[in-house]
Amino acid sequence: MEVSKKLVNDLAPQKFGKKGVIWTTSLIIISIAGIIAYIDQVRKGQIVTNMNDYALWGIYISNFVFFVATSFVGAVTVAILRLTKNSWRTPIVRIAEIISVAAIIMAGITIMIDMGRPDRLLNLFIHARMQSPITWDVIIIPTSIAVCLLLLYFPLLPDFAILKNYFSETKPKLSKWYGKLSMNWTGSEKQKSIQLKSIHIVALLTIPVGFMLQTVDAWLFSTLFRVGWDSTNLGAYFISGAAVAGIGALVAVIYIVRRANHLEEYITEFHFDKLGKFLVLVCLIYLYFNINEYVIPEFTSKKEELTHLNHLYSGQFAPLFWFVNIGGLIIPIIVLLFKKGRKPLTMFFIALLVVVGSWWKRFLIVTPTLLLPFLPVQGVPESWHHYFPSFHEWIITLATLAMALLIITVLVRYLPVIPIQRTADEQELLKKEEKSNQ
Amino acid sequence: MEDNTKNSRRKFLDKGLKIGIATAIGSIGLSKITGKLNAKNEKASGEKMELMTTDGTIIEVDASEVMEVQHSHDHDTKYNLREGMPNRKFVMVIDLAKCKNALKCQQACNKHHYITGEHAWLKVYKMQEEEDTAPYWMPTTCMHCDHPACVTVCPVDATFKRRDGLVLIDNDRCIGCRFCMAACPYSTRVFNWKEPEYGEEAEVMLNMHHADEKYNSIEYTGMPSKIGTVDKCDFCPHMIHKNELPHCVTACPNGVFYFGDKYEDTVTNGAETLRLSKLLKDKNGYRLMEGLGTKPSVFYLPPVDRLVDFEEGLNFYTNYNSVNKSEY
Repeated sequence: MEVSKKLVNDLAPQKFGKKGVIWTTSLIIISIAGIIAYIDQVRKGQIVTNMNDYALWGIYISNFVFFVATSFVGAVTVAILRLTKNSWRTPIVRIAEIISVAAIIMAGITIMIDMGRPDRLLNLFIHARMQSPITWDVIIIPTSIAVCLLLLYFPLLPDFAILKNYFSETKPKLSKWYGKLSMNWTGSEKQKSIQLKSIHIVALLTIPVGFMLQTVDAWLFSTLFRVGWDSTNLGAYFISGAAVAGIGALVAVIYIVRRANHLEEYITEFHFDKLGKFLVLVCLIYLYFNINEYVIPEFTSKKEELTHLNHLYSGQFAPLFWFVNIGGLIIPIIVLLFKKGRKPLTMFFIALLVVVGSWWKRFLIVTPTLLLPFLPVQGVPESWHHYFPSFHEWIITLATLAMALLIITVLVRYLPVIPIQRTADEQELLKKEEKSNQ
Repeated sequence: MEDNTKNSRRKFLDKGLKIGIATAIGSIGLSKITGKLNAKNEKASGEKMELMTTDGTIIEVDASEVMEVQHSHDHDTKYNLREGMPNRKFVMVIDLAKCKNALKCQQACNKHHYITGEHAWLKVYKMQEEEDTAPYWMPTTCMHCDHPACVTVCPVDATFKRRDGLVLIDNDRCIGCRFCMAACPYSTRVFNWKEPEYGEEAEVMLNMHHADEKYNSIEYTGMPSKIGTVDKCDFCPHMIHKNELPHCVTACPNGVFYFGDKYEDTVTNGAETLRLSKLLKDKNGYRLMEGLGTKPSVFYLPPVDRLVDFEEGLNFYTNYNSVNKSEY
């Protein structure tokens, strides 16, 4: 099974053009600005944020929830499409795996930004208590990071071997690195069977781990008394929301990578069409849970529930609420239901809308509930009746988003974003079929 | 036929093995127990001792059978920070009929706990359930719940429940995740968003307290506040320890707060001492948000037969302030 030269030429990592360099530099600058702002926060305390004793969690937490949700894309696309034997997944899985890795790593980092005493991080292990949902998070996030990394790494082995040969003359140093990473991959039957088995196990593992991760994230809220969180719906709600955020991010990244690396031949309109159908499916599921969450409590109209819902429908959060639900969910569903709506460029804009909507959606899950406690908000400064992130919070949050994009960018720069060996195998298979048909 | 015999032989071997293992374990256990039982009888000294059993009869035993038992000296007397004061269960009763929002409780609490933030530990809410119902003033402290939601969710055991009923915070361990604040339905917890700025006078007082470590160690009172950690009403264990009442109780000019011990079934507001169970029964005592199952240690008496006018309290009411920093 020789891999054609053209294929390797097309799919091997490419040097950045001018745009790529500008992009990467700006990401690095934003990240550095965020690190400086964070150091300032550590020195002065979280007084630099606009959080207060009522809005005790802010965008650090909602951003964390967003990252966790986005990391679900690995489990959704790679594992579920694999188990359902959807062969169209080949050119998109690697990008999904990359997004997953970036998002889950950043989730782990973001949650630490919210800690009042990051210097006491080790207490989480030294004094860990099993009944706290935070301890569940401490267990499941590193597990997810490990599983996501393996899910990215195992399928890469043959590609690393190919790249080692490809770069052996032009870039011997890089070639050496690829060689080391390929772990002496020769492509023998034995190696192949071990690799296949390992991928299968990890792919299977991603599903329960992904579900647990999303559910634990939901339980961070639903184990509390607060109105809007105290819901049995929340686990499934978060899982479906994560699928929306994840696939939205996937479509957006795929579109950009496809244009930047000129992969139009490999990621075709057919793939976008399939992804569009997938996205609309998960959006519909999410819509179902949203109805459960936002409409059904209207029926019994419990006093606290009603106050909370009115806060969203027509109160200070109304513009955001309607943007998130109409822009981030209803419009994408309508557009994607039509074949014309599933063209790459349209999909790209829809995906951006979905991702932005998903980010603000987490804000709406966290903040309004906190501002409506059981006892009235009294005896605190006027500013504590509202919450909008401070400059520090924005810079730090933007930096975490930039870092996630930076991880994705670096991985796209050095890894083949489309599995080379697999694509070659599939092309071979197609040729054989054609021959036998003749 | 052959298969059958093979099978039965297998079964026999299997059963035999299992029974063998079971008897081996059993006999080891037995020998250990009998060993312990017999151990003291080996050497009889011949010397006899007279002892009284728990039901009052005198028996005579061999002196060698009498062993000195190590009494744990601190079992009942020593104060253990995380265990609390032995054989106590502190409760509070707040009589809403008497409260007219004088806010002396809050001022005393702020002063003695050196509250430096924007948010008092003790708050007096202006309450009115519905348009048709009467307004009233409702002081709230930490409820020191028996099923504390905050303690359940704490990932590092920084906030803990003691046997004497107090829920306290170890602010040397708290990581500042604020999960406990989100868990508390009474919004009683406050966070030190910045380095606490103690005034000069307070600083002197704190230093004095530090010098007197026995009663005022840092953990003892949760003071001084620390940046990036959670604070809340602590039921003044430093006062209880001195056999005095919490600051809010003594400061209140209207005798709203009663403090006491549930095991003793008494509560006092300084002026009068009452039977807790009778008080709660006679005046229809209740707890806040009983339906949540948090089982607070703070009871409320409904605002009925009020001697004071609600309106009077409005003079002191400030919607946006609970800590007046100019006071110290």
